[in-house]
Amino acid sequence: MSGQEAPGAPAEEPRARVSVARWAADLAMGGRFAVTGGRESWARTIMTAVGVGLGVALLLLASSVPTMYQQRNERGDARSALSFGDEVKPGPDTLRLANAGTTYRDQDINGMVMAPDGKGTPPVPPGIDRIPAAGEMWVSPALKDLLGSDEGKLLRDRFPYRTIGVIGDSGLSGPAELTYYAGISQKAFGHVNSQYHIDHWGTEKQGKDEPLDPALLLLIIVGCVVLLLPVLIFIATAARFGGERRDRRLAALRLVGADIHMTRRIAAGESLFGSLLGLAVGTGLFLLAREIIGSIEIWDISFFTSDIVPSAPLALVIAAAVPASAVVVTLIALRGIAIEPLGVVRNAKPKRRRLWWRLLLPLLGMALLLPLAGGFGAGSGGGNMKAYQAAAGAVLLLIGITALLPWVVEAVVERFGGRGSVPWQLATRRLQLSSGTASRAVSGITVAVAGAIALQMLFASVGAQDREDTGQDPNRAQLIANVPVSDGDQARDAFARYRATKGVRDLLGVTEDYVSDVRHSKDDPTSVPEEAITVADCPTLREVVRITSCRNGDVFLVDSPSYYGEEGGFAKPGAQVNLAYRDDRTPDLRQKKLWTIPRSATKVKPRQDPTGSERTGIFATPGAFDIADLPDPGASAMIRLDPKVPDGVEYVRNTSAALSPAMDVMRLTSTSQSDEFQVIRKALFIGATATLLLIGASMIVTTLEQLRERKRLLSVLVAFGTRRTTLSWSVLWQTAVPVVLGLALSIAGGLALGVMLLKMVGQPLAVDWTGLGTMTGVGGGVILLVTLVSLPPLWRMMRPEGLRTE
Amino acid sequence: MSIGHTLLGLLEGGPRHGYDLKRAFDERFGHDRPLHYGQVYSTMSRLLKNGLVEVDGIEHGGGPERKRYAITDAGITDVEHWLTQPEKPEPYLQSVLYTKVVIALLTGRDAADLLDVQRAEHLRLMRDLTQRKRGGDLSDQLICDHALFHLEADLRWLELTAARLGQLAKAVRS
Amino acid sequence: MTPTGSLLIATSLHKTYGHTPALDGADFSIHPGEVVAVMGPSGSGKSTLLHCLAGIVKPDSGSVHYNGRELTAMSDTERSGLRRGEFGFVFQFGQLVPELSCVENVALPLRLNGTKRKEAETRASAWMERLEVADVAHKRPGEVSGGQGQRVAVARSLVTGPRVLFADEPTGALDSLNGERVMELLTEAARESRTAVVLVTHEARVAAYSDREVVVRDGKARDMAGVR
Repeated sequence: MSGQEAPGAPAEEPRARVSVARWAADLAMGGRFAVTGGRESWARTIMTAVGVGLGVALLLLASSVPTMYQQRNERGDARSALSFGDEVKPGPDTLRLANAGTTYRDQDINGMVMAPDGKGTPPVPPGIDRIPAAGEMWVSPALKDLLGSDEGKLLRDRFPYRTIGVIGDSGLSGPAELTYYAGISQKAFGHVNSQYHIDHWGTEKQGKDEPLDPALLLLIIVGCVVLLLPVLIFIATAARFGGERRDRRLAALRLVGADIHMTRRIAAGESLFGSLLGLAVGTGLFLLAREIIGSIEIWDISFFTSDIVPSAPLALVIAAAVPASAVVVTLIALRGIAIEPLGVVRNAKPKRRRLWWRLLLPLLGMALLLPLAGGFGAGSGGGNMKAYQAAAGAVLLLIGITALLPWVVEAVVERFGGRGSVPWQLATRRLQLSSGTASRAVSGITVAVAGAIALQMLFASVGAQDREDTGQDPNRAQLIANVPVSDGDQARDAFARYRATKGVRDLLGVTEDYVSDVRHSKDDPTSVPEEAITVADCPTLREVVRITSCRNGDVFLVDSPSYYGEEGGFAKPGAQVNLAYRDDRTPDLRQKKLWTIPRSATKVKPRQDPTGSERTGIFATPGAFDIADLPDPGASAMIRLDPKVPDGVEYVRNTSAALSPAMDVMRLTSTSQSDEFQVIRKALFIGATATLLLIGASMIVTTLEQLRERKRLLSVLVAFGTRRTTLSWSVLWQTAVPVVLGLALSIAGGLALGVMLLKMVGQPLAVDWTGLGTMTGVGGGVILLVTLVSLPPLWRMMRPEGLRTE
Repeated sequence: MSIGHTLLGLLEGGPRHGYDLKRAFDERFGHDRPLHYGQVYSTMSRLLKNGLVEVDGIEHGGGPERKRYAITDAGITDVEHWLTQPEKPEPYLQSVLYTKVVIALLTGRDAADLLDVQRAEHLRLMRDLTQRKRGGDLSDQLICDHALFHLEADLRWLELTAARLGQLAKAVRS
Repeated sequence: MTPTGSLLIATSLHKTYGHTPALDGADFSIHPGEVVAVMGPSGSGKSTLLHCLAGIVKPDSGSVHYNGRELTAMSDTERSGLRRGEFGFVFQFGQLVPELSCVENVALPLRLNGTKRKEAETRASAWMERLEVADVAHKRPGEVSGGQGQRVAVARSLVTGPRVLFADEPTGALDSLNGERVMELLTEAARESRTAVVLVTHEARVAAYSDREVVVRDGKARDMAGVR
């Protein structure tokens, strides 16, 4: 090389060039070895590539989440009918609109009914060509399929519209979304409770610059760390697959004259090649996963394949960081061993692991988290700084646990002084000799499980609080349907139709509206006090107020507690009330329509109705009050279903659809749990399980590698008469000890982090035992899985043929 | 083995009687065949004649007269010369065994059998020597090892020849 | 020679690996306390003979009688049990469990047989003392010399007091000085405990530690005591 041509020249520059060329040449040589080194090095390269590929695919998916989220949101914003300005008055170019979402079995269906207000050009929502005329509808492709299928037979009755087209992708949040836009007449809006007018679709980019809720930001950051750190650890482990045999190959290179630096560069080249191949494999897997995700629906959420695009900066980071970290991991791994021409010398006594910095990390994390107790309660400000501090604390705590693991494994394993049965002795001695390999493999588990436990605790506690609130009693009624009616006949007719619906066993029908005082409020001259009036027959009234005797013609009064301050209710026996309302549903005191509460009206106590609420105001039997006098009555049917009729709910919903396009039907449940929390908990559980399986896979590879390496020893042990079970148990123990230690550590760390998180959001401490149990169970499953998968090769290697190869 | 040089070397430590010399020789080197006194006597008189030893004194007792011998400067030079001169390696080119094998092949007898018999004989001796080595001291071990290595070399030759008998038969008969 | 009083007798063993016959009608027998060398050029089937005799490998045909029992008719479990209890093994290399200390390695066969750890290690220590490797008892195999390691292996093969010791090139990886010391200690210990030794070797000087030798050629075994 040029150095030889000018031996005396101390020139820096050429030397640098030479070393760059060297590096390149050696790396390329390593790459060539990765391919041409025979079956063994191929196997190693493929193992690394698949391992890295799995990790890369996950990383790419994760990096696509922002795009997916953004695309969905943009489309959601574009079709939103919400407006933040003044209420839109009907005009020639406006659209009258009402939500008409429904539920079919366990699927939610979004829907809107609409009618143009004038002869102008009303706004058209994204994804469709024109406003549907009355009796027409646009449906999403998924809804079209559902309506056309046998499964959707019952649903067809609910939509008395003619399908005129399919909503385009730009009007959908995802390919599996069930949604429709239906046109109805202006007159039909008389049967819709909640309605409004719009002059355009889409909200301005309102929420864009609004900072994320700090608590949510915290969850997102911790969630990412919990799910992605194990992936990174796995990639690092994958870069080490087959390392010991590679080292022996490098030793052979040393024999023919390669120096230490050269072997390191060659090894780095091999890893680089493997990880580059891994990038390719990962991209392939990602594309595959993308197709699969585009065709499935999880928890009512689906994504367009075209939405799953990695964010460019993140993808670049992945493409650069993965090969770089593979090289770094390889170089670090080679630091502990000396590759000599005659073989590989592992440092006989590796440095004792130091405790202080490993403890420092979680302690630092705790120190960051502790001052934040109560900091995320409702309404407490503080903003993003707090969230970042909390996230940093959580991340430090989780990484600290991972860093602590090798020390703990070493410290614990050292204490197993060779006691116990032969398999136990073999396993523990093996672990003592190389606890690093074992703890590296399980360190991914620690982060995943600790994080999952902490987050599960948080969600379980929040969810549990959520659950207590409903107070609904599904034994008294399972459904409640609200229908706007204009008079008593309509109400009776509606109740009759519900009663005649298939699957309905019983029905409590009330008609309700509001009445007002005859004068303005003393405290606030701009407003008029109002009271609810409920009209129902005696059996039904018994369900909503505490009465002992009731005859048609009776009136009862229930005071609303302190709603009107010291004034008390205006609804008193003998008092006059006003029934006149204006179009905008405010009391009309100019053209009063008066009704006198009978002097016989008795004050009673309220009773919880099946929906869990206590009604107040005036309760009248039909004989005492005519519904027709009410300005804007609504009929509310509390329905008890016949449990023997399947799909009873669907029949009731169909009846509702015939009565009102908005089909307002609510299902009653004694407990309700927020769906999102359920979804997040499930997602966490699935994520953690996937991580554990990934780690299990890498443990299997390491175990098999180690077994293959001691093929001869195994044969000798067989010659001795060693039983299969003895060695099988030793493989089990060898896997179990680090996994159990890892799980113990992560449970401790997870509980600590969970307590911190709960304190921060001001929730009572509660340990989510089910979550803990599940994670422990999955950990145990991984141990068993690794052992079971290792057994057939172990037994195959335990054959005496191994003695012959020399 | 040159007995003259060996006795001269033994005398270098100090003057000795002839009988002492024989005993010292037997102790160190005469495991298989002790020296006859006559052999000592004749060797010493040859050395005396060549001026390599001189008589240091004569004891007159009841029995035969006993001469004490001492080494001369010429004798020391002679020992020096003997020790520094390398021994000529044995070429082993004239081998009875080889001859026997060829004759057996030529006369159509079983050469393999011959080799096996020889092999068994060699191993028998090796076994004896190994046995002796176990009981003996360091010098026993070194002497036995010397023999064992030679025998092992023979045995290897026997094995090699056995493996090449077919080839050899062809070459001999052609 | 007569098989009467023999401990282990094999008759007309055949064993083929793939298409290469390793044993082609080999016979063998050994008395209690006898040391028999199995010699022959490499690839002649020496090791296969040993494997068949020890019940590690089942011959394709032929029979192996040990102490009046037919080895070839026994199940794998029975043969394993036999190997654990009545046989001992020394190989050329790679036989010590690298993560166990030397004394734990020696104690291993006893422990596989269910002996308590304390007792097993006491007995192991005694054997290590006999084989002059007591000083490396608590070192790992990777930290001792080849000769010491081989002596540890010999101690391990004898610790159960086996009736037959199978040694496959036990000195193959050692220099002659270490090799001879190992052979001396091995044969001495075996003779004292009346253990029969099947010694596979290609070295005549190692074979010289035997009482008689058997030469395997082309898959057939020839007893040299029968010659002349």
